[in-house]
Amino acid sequence: MILQRFLTRLLTMAVTLFGVAVVVFVVIRIAPGDPIAMMLPPGASQADIDRLRALYGLDKSIVEQFFIWLAGVLHGDFGTSISLRQDVLGLVMNRLPATLELSIVALLIAVAVGGVLAVIGARERGTAVEAGIDVANGAALSIPDFLWGLAFILVFGVLWPVFEISGRVSPRLELPFVTQFYLFESIFRLRFDLTKDLLSHMFMPALALALPLAAIIAQLLKQSLKELLSLDYVVLARVKGFSETQVILREALKNAALPTLTLVGVQFTFLIGGTVIVERLFSYEGLGNMAIDAVINRDLPLIQGIVLVFALLFVLINLAVDMLYAVLNPRLRHG
Amino acid sequence: MADARTAKTSNARIWLAGGWLLVALLATIFAPLLAPQDPLAQDLLYERLPPFWMQGAEPGFWLGTDSLGRDLLSRIIYGGRVAFLVAFAAAAAACIVGSALGLAAGYFGGWTDRVVSRIVDIWMAFPPVLFAILLVAVLGTGLSSVIIAIAVIDWTRFCRVVRAEAMGQARMDYVESARIAGFGRFDIMLKEVLPNVLPAIVALLSLEMGIAVIVEAILSFVNLSISTDDPTWGGIIAEGRLSIHQAWWVLVFPLVTLFLTVLSFSQFGEGLKARFDPVLR
Repeated sequence: MILQRFLTRLLTMAVTLFGVAVVVFVVIRIAPGDPIAMMLPPGASQADIDRLRALYGLDKSIVEQFFIWLAGVLHGDFGTSISLRQDVLGLVMNRLPATLELSIVALLIAVAVGGVLAVIGARERGTAVEAGIDVANGAALSIPDFLWGLAFILVFGVLWPVFEISGRVSPRLELPFVTQFYLFESIFRLRFDLTKDLLSHMFMPALALALPLAAIIAQLLKQSLKELLSLDYVVLARVKGFSETQVILREALKNAALPTLTLVGVQFTFLIGGTVIVERLFSYEGLGNMAIDAVINRDLPLIQGIVLVFALLFVLINLAVDMLYAVLNPRLRHG
Repeated sequence: MADARTAKTSNARIWLAGGWLLVALLATIFAPLLAPQDPLAQDLLYERLPPFWMQGAEPGFWLGTDSLGRDLLSRIIYGGRVAFLVAFAAAAAACIVGSALGLAAGYFGGWTDRVVSRIVDIWMAFPPVLFAILLVAVLGTGLSSVIIAIAVIDWTRFCRVVRAEAMGQARMDYVESARIAGFGRFDIMLKEVLPNVLPAIVALLSLEMGIAVIVEAILSFVNLSISTDDPTWGGIIAEGRLSIHQAWWVLVFPLVTLFLTVLSFSQFGEGLKARFDPVLR
C-alpha cells in the first residue's frame, strides 16, 4: 500500500521535474540579448562569436539543445557557467549547503515558536492571551519575509546592533572546515566560537523566514489541540489528575501534530523559496543570492541548474512529507 | 455572542484597512498636487536632510531627503503610483487566468482537471521570487514586464482555490437541477457556479494585490522593475539599505508605508472573506 503510493508519487515527481526543465529552458531561450556577445570585448570578429557559440552549444536548434542539456543533467553534467566559467554542478553544490542550513535553522525556529504559541494558546483558550496570540499570528502571516528582514536589519542591526546584518561568517575568522555545512561542522568539531559567529549572521535572516511559518503552525496546531481537548480520552486524563499542560503535552499533542505536519511540508518549500530574496537582503552567500547574480549576468546554464536544484528540493520535501504522513497515519498504515 | 464579535472585528478590519488603502490611493492619484517637491529633483546642498522633528531639518522636506538630496515624502507618494498600478493590473490578470482555469478544472473534472492540476504542480515547484526575477530579466525591465511576470507566477493561487470551490459546487443539487432543466454546461458554469465562487475570488483578489505590491518592491529592490529614474518603494528601500547607518529615515518611511499597505490588503481580504462566508455569518 505504502510502496504503491511511493511509486506513484515518484512518477508524478519525475513528470513535474521534466515540466520544470522544459519551462525554464523555453523561458530562457526566448530572452533577447546574447550572452555570448556580453562575454566578448566589443569589436570581436564574427568568427570568434561563432566559435564561442559552438563551444556552449548555442548554435543548435532549441529542441536539440534541450535534449543535449537533459542528457547531460541525467549524467550529472549541468554545463559550464558562462559568467564564472566553472562547472555549474560544482558551483551549485558549493552554495547549496549554506541555503540548506539557513532553511533548516528557520524551520526549527518556526516549529519551536509556533509549537509553544499553540500550546499556550490552547491552554489559555478563550482568554485575552489566546486573543493576543491570534492577533500576533495575523500580523506575522500578512507580512512577508522580505519586510520582516528589512525590519530586523533596522531594529537588531542598527538601532540595537546585537546581530550581524551582512554575510555568512566574519571574514577575519580562519575556517577549518572541509565541507560547506559550516554550522553543522562547527558543532561537530566543538568549535562553538565559530558556531556563535555563524548563528549571529544567520539568526536574523532565519527569523525573517521563520515568522510566517511559525504563525501558520501556531494557528493550525492550536485549532487541532482545541478540538482534541474536548474528546473523551483527554477528559479522562484530566479526571486522572493530570494538569492542563500535561494533558496537552502528553495526550493531545501527538494526535494534533499529524494534520499540521502535512501543511508544514508545503509551507517549508515556500520558506526555501523565500531564501532567494532574504539571502540577497543579508548578503548571505547562498544559492538564492547566486541565482539573482546569475539572472543579472544572463548566465543561462547557471540559472537552469539553480532552478532545477530548487525544484528537486521542493518535490523531495513534498515526497518526504507524504511518506512520513503515510507511515505515521494509522489509517493508511493498516489500510 | 462570539458571532457578533467576529462580525464586529471583521467590520473594523474592513474599515481600517480600506481607509488606509483609500488614503494611499488618493495620494498617488493626486501626487502632482500633494507632493511638496519634485521627486526627481536632486540637490547636493540638501543631501541626507533628517525628518522635520530633528535638528537640521529644512522646511518643505517633511520626511527628509536621500543621499542625492531628493525629497523622501514626494518619492514615496510617486512610488505609490507604480505600486498601485501593478497591484490592480497584475492581480486582475492573475485572477482572470487562474479563475478561468480553476473553474473549468473544478467543474468539468476529468482530463481538463488532470492537465490543469499537472501544470499547477509544475508551477509550484518553482521558487516564485526567482521565477519573477527571471521573467523580468527575460521580458526586459518595464511596467508591463513586471505585471506580466506577477500574473504568470501567481495565477496558480486563484486556480487552486477556485478549483476546490467549483468542485464542491458542481456536486450540489442546484447544479443537477439546472442540468435537468436543460441548461448547457457552459451556461451552468458561468451563470450558476461562478456567482457562488465569486466571494472566494474577491477575497483572494485583495490578498493578491498585497502580494503584487511586495513582488514589485522586491523586483525594484534588485533593480529589475521599471526604469531606475522613476521612484518605486523597493528602489527607495534599496537606497535606504545602503545608507542605513547615515540616514535611517530613507529605509524606515518607505518600509512603514509598505507594511501598512500590505497589511491592509490582506486584512481587507480577510475581512471580506469573513463577511461573505455563510458559515461564519
